Amino acid sequence: MIDAFGVVKRFGPRTILRGIDLKVETGETLVIIGGSGCGKSTFLKCVIGLHHPDEGKILVDGIDVADLKTEREIADYRRKFGYLFQEGALFDSMTVWENITFGLRYLTDIEPGKYRKIASECLALVGLKDVEDFKPSELSGGMKKRVALARAIAAQPSYILYDEPTTGLDPIMTDVIADLILDLQKQLKVTAIAVTHDMKAAYKVASRIAMFHEGKVLQVAHPEIIKISDNPYVRQFVDGKSEGPIKMKLKEFEAEGASNAHHAKAS
Amino acid sequence: MIAGAVGGFGRFILEAAEETGQFSFLVRSTFGWMTTYRIEWRQTLIQMVRVGVDSLSVTAMTAFFTGMVLALQTGASSKHFFNEPLFVGTVVSFALVMELAPVMTAIVVAGRAGAAIAAELGTMKVTEQIDALYTLGTDPIRYLVIPRFIAFMVVLPLLTVASDFTGIWGGYLVAHAKYQIPATVYWHDIVNQMEIRHFVHGFLKTFVFAAVVSLVSCFKGVTTRGGAEGVGKATTAAVVISMVLILVLDYFATAVLNAFGIT
Repeated sequence: MIDAFGVVKRFGPRTILRGIDLKVETGETLVIIGGSGCGKSTFLKCVIGLHHPDEGKILVDGIDVADLKTEREIADYRRKFGYLFQEGALFDSMTVWENITFGLRYLTDIEPGKYRKIASECLALVGLKDVEDFKPSELSGGMKKRVALARAIAAQPSYILYDEPTTGLDPIMTDVIADLILDLQKQLKVTAIAVTHDMKAAYKVASRIAMFHEGKVLQVAHPEIIKISDNPYVRQFVDGKSEGPIKMKLKEFEAEGASNAHHAKAS
Repeated sequence: MIAGAVGGFGRFILEAAEETGQFSFLVRSTFGWMTTYRIEWRQTLIQMVRVGVDSLSVTAMTAFFTGMVLALQTGASSKHFFNEPLFVGTVVSFALVMELAPVMTAIVVAGRAGAAIAAELGTMKVTEQIDALYTLGTDPIRYLVIPRFIAFMVVLPLLTVASDFTGIWGGYLVAHAKYQIPATVYWHDIVNQMEIRHFVHGFLKTFVFAAVVSLVSCFKGVTTRGGAEGVGKATTAAVVISMVLILVLDYFATAVLNAFGIT
């Protein structure tokens, strides 16, 4: 179980997370939606310990990552997680099977002789085969995502964190990845947090959906309730409307530019 | 306008101070990890090949031509003053062994291997591969920085020694071909004058330069921000800062070695 209490995160003068209170139950898939810059990926990185909250805390199975000191403790904590990065973040200099089994050396006691077999098994789980010796540059976008997913699950984590798993993929591959997320959920019995803009994928995979806005949680509910939410911010986002209470920066600049041009003309 | 300039200068100072602080953390982490003895030996060997073996030809060529130029200039000057090309071997060997070989080898390697390291680590940073290392249970300092640091510390002194030899050979070719200096005279000019402490003076400096180039290049790489443009900036900054620090620290290293009598 993941419990976030009043998480605040700043980067220099900018406050990205302004007090996140969120609970992720064991076994569920929580999907976090929200506009760009609202703190979704930052929160995900706080959960795995890539960032440390400036205020508040995040407990994973009762352990606060900020309390971990020794290398052993940190490795034990990291072993619980698989993280799927937005662009895959595969290591360019290694082959597919070396990428997938990279973490095993540090997170597990499995003998290196068994790594290649484990890589093939993980690839089979994500629907790929015979790509073990390819380099990442030789793979398509969808294949890279799936190899990255295979890498995330290689050490048999209890939690999988997906950072925009379907961004940049074609509609068919998007659905393939969404199906994969559901399959892995059933087969590996993991708890997952997925950050996405893709509402179709969100409705498909989510047990609950949480909407972030300007660093706070607006609403957390079952997908069917989010779909018919009467919160105007949630409504605007799930309907994908440019008009509404969520002001996108581009429109503000356009309005300013038009106003300045108008004043210049008048004088 | 003045307020803007003062503000800009102040911002520059603050950013430089923050970078220096972050760099100190990297240096501390590097030495901290090395005391745990958990070194990535395979990565270290790979880096030794990349930094050392692949830089050998360019450093040797640089030193060779430097030796030739030194011999040319020394021969011409001594002929002008003494009507004979005197002490050509002495000047070439002392200049190379104590100063030019360590400094020029470090600068060439900074431009070649230092830039490559900054670019590689910078690209890893902007594509989240460094974050991926954390999530897969290892520390980027241990996996990326330490192998490169050790590789530089082992390989740069060796490259410098190779530069010493090739430079002295280059000097001999010019001394013999242009000034008809016999081989025995050239070599005796060196062997009769040079002592171990002269060699040690130049050799010890290479460790300082190796530490600087490797840590600055790694630091600029792992702190890259801003996509492809950021990688380009990081690479340029790594080379420029390394070169400036080599020249600045050369002075202080020379002063310290002189104070200890290794001169």
